[in-house]
Amino acid sequence: MSRSSARDARDNPTDQVTDMEFPVRDSGDLDNYENDQLIDFYTSMLYVRRFEERVAEMYLRAKIGGYCHLNIGEEATVVGTLKALRKEDYFFGSYRVHGSAIVRELPHGTVMAELFGKRDGCAKGRGGSMHLVDPERRFMGGYGIVGGSIPLSTGVSFAIKYRGTNEIVMSTFGDGATNIGAFHEALNIASLWKLPNLFICTNNQYGMGTSVARASAVTELWKKGVAYDIPGYKVNGMDVLAVYQLTKKLVEEVRRTSEPIFVECVTYRYRGHSMADAGKNYRTADEIDEWRERDPVESFRLRLLEGEIFTQKDADDIEEAVLAKVQTAVDFAERSPFPDVAELEKFVYAEDA
Amino acid sequence: MAEITYREALRDALIEEMDQDPDVFVMGEEVGVFQGAYKVTEGLLDRFGEKRVIDTPIAEEGFVGLGAGAAMTGLRPVVELMTVNFGMVAMDQIANHAAKISYMFGGRLKCPMVIRAPGGGGQQLTAQHSHCLDVWFAYIPGLKVVAPSVPSDAKGLLKTSIRDDNPVMFLEHLALYNTKGVVPEGEHTVPFGEADIKRVGSDVTLIAHSRMVLYALQAAAQLSEEDISVEVIDLRSIRPLDAETLVHSVQKTHRCVIAEEEHRSFGVNAEVAATIYEEAFDYLDAPIERVGGVEVPMPYSKPLEQAVIPSPEKIVTAVKKTLYL
Repeated sequence: MSRSSARDARDNPTDQVTDMEFPVRDSGDLDNYENDQLIDFYTSMLYVRRFEERVAEMYLRAKIGGYCHLNIGEEATVVGTLKALRKEDYFFGSYRVHGSAIVRELPHGTVMAELFGKRDGCAKGRGGSMHLVDPERRFMGGYGIVGGSIPLSTGVSFAIKYRGTNEIVMSTFGDGATNIGAFHEALNIASLWKLPNLFICTNNQYGMGTSVARASAVTELWKKGVAYDIPGYKVNGMDVLAVYQLTKKLVEEVRRTSEPIFVECVTYRYRGHSMADAGKNYRTADEIDEWRERDPVESFRLRLLEGEIFTQKDADDIEEAVLAKVQTAVDFAERSPFPDVAELEKFVYAEDA
Repeated sequence: MAEITYREALRDALIEEMDQDPDVFVMGEEVGVFQGAYKVTEGLLDRFGEKRVIDTPIAEEGFVGLGAGAAMTGLRPVVELMTVNFGMVAMDQIANHAAKISYMFGGRLKCPMVIRAPGGGGQQLTAQHSHCLDVWFAYIPGLKVVAPSVPSDAKGLLKTSIRDDNPVMFLEHLALYNTKGVVPEGEHTVPFGEADIKRVGSDVTLIAHSRMVLYALQAAAQLSEEDISVEVIDLRSIRPLDAETLVHSVQKTHRCVIAEEEHRSFGVNAEVAATIYEEAFDYLDAPIERVGGVEVPMPYSKPLEQAVIPSPEKIVTAVKKTLYL
């Protein structure tokens, strides 16, 4: 494919796209997947949903403080992208990163414990919701400054190239990040130096309360990569198979070519920007309802039932197992002590770690 | 021991560290083909090749962040900012990313990066190119900040910086690149957090760093002709700050002058003065005097510019004031 014309789309809700590489109807063909894999996708999405619902509850019970940004509504994008990444590959997140962390299989108790500010949290209670991390799983952190992690992610891909190894870096950010300078500097350098980055833009259509159309002169966000000669794709981020199929292909293409690619996943968050935002001032109830009708978890459950991949009894069992698993994370977080104040200054410098 | 320039001392440190550690690389604007805007990296491209001497676009936020990310995997980038003034557009990556990597991730990641940046005034480079921003960086826990005044410290501190596992701001001075001094050949490191007594004296403690150390030594020489014995202390390391050496000296001399090129208010001098007041108040026989830059954006016209920057004469006057002369 030529770089400038490389783009893709599925039955995406917002726009027309040309040069579709994957015909829409093929993207959701369940026959292309093993049953176990489909059930794993469903279970993972449900797990993100239930985990985040529990996080919201714990926030309201003041177990969790600070900012708290939930992935509810974005499960297909989170699961579809993360499942396409190999274990040895690196991941960078934004501040909305709980779902990515648990799908990347960070020990989930350490994720909840971090949200609780506990000693056994994955960042030892120093980071909280926005700064989940696990270098052993090459989960290079969540970051609180919009776009700020994108240059860092090009540093890791630079290091991969410097050392001549074969990993790639999945660098994720929201629609709002595409308007800030760090994004543009990093994409220019990634393309100029042919760095193995897969840039994933989770377009949930609002940067806080400002819609894409009110913030970006270019509303087709995939085009912002094309400006730097980076191929751009757009995918229905409410369809886990569509996201997975495209991402899987592109992860390996980035690995093969050592050149960056940009993917825009169009999705939606049902909740507000954070727990402090009811999410109502800048959008209508009808709009939220419309997106809920495309719910990634529920629609996938129906597809699996219709495709006879599992039965309602199986779905019920999964629901029960997921709720039990979330409970173990909460129990772990509850049991963990708060960090010792005597160690407040530990970790400021590497030698103190 | 050879006498070489500050510039050559920096270059020697880079070459020695790159020779012995393949994870060390140099990156920045014009560091390669152009041979360095101030020629510190001259010859490095020929010696180490494009892989390790990397010319960047004019995108400080982008390449400083890239350096920080590479450091998070264990590489040891030495990132050159053409001048410290351009560090302001990279401040988010320096202060809010690199400096926070260790702490906010509970010590699970580190960021062993050096950012080299020359600053200072006196070249008629005017308002946007003459800053001394040492205190901006020193304010941030998670960064280390050093600023050598002489070639031997330039070499020794740069080698220590490259080997350190934290982000280090290595602040040079445009007016020092051509200055000469004796530098030990081969392995020579200078530890962080150790001020250096550049001249021993008994009447007044005179504290400075970077280019102001040279002015302080000139002032001390001039004052010695009037039988005033000045102890000149070079901070070398701003964060961590060697309070112990400063306090001991003031306990001996009972008088203190702080000379810094930065704007006089809110600077490194304020931190040093507060430290001495806290820890040696009872030893002082006179209020601490601060000599600093006049609080204006740097003007172009030569006489105006010279009026902004502290001079040896102003330092002499301040020293005498602490002696009630």
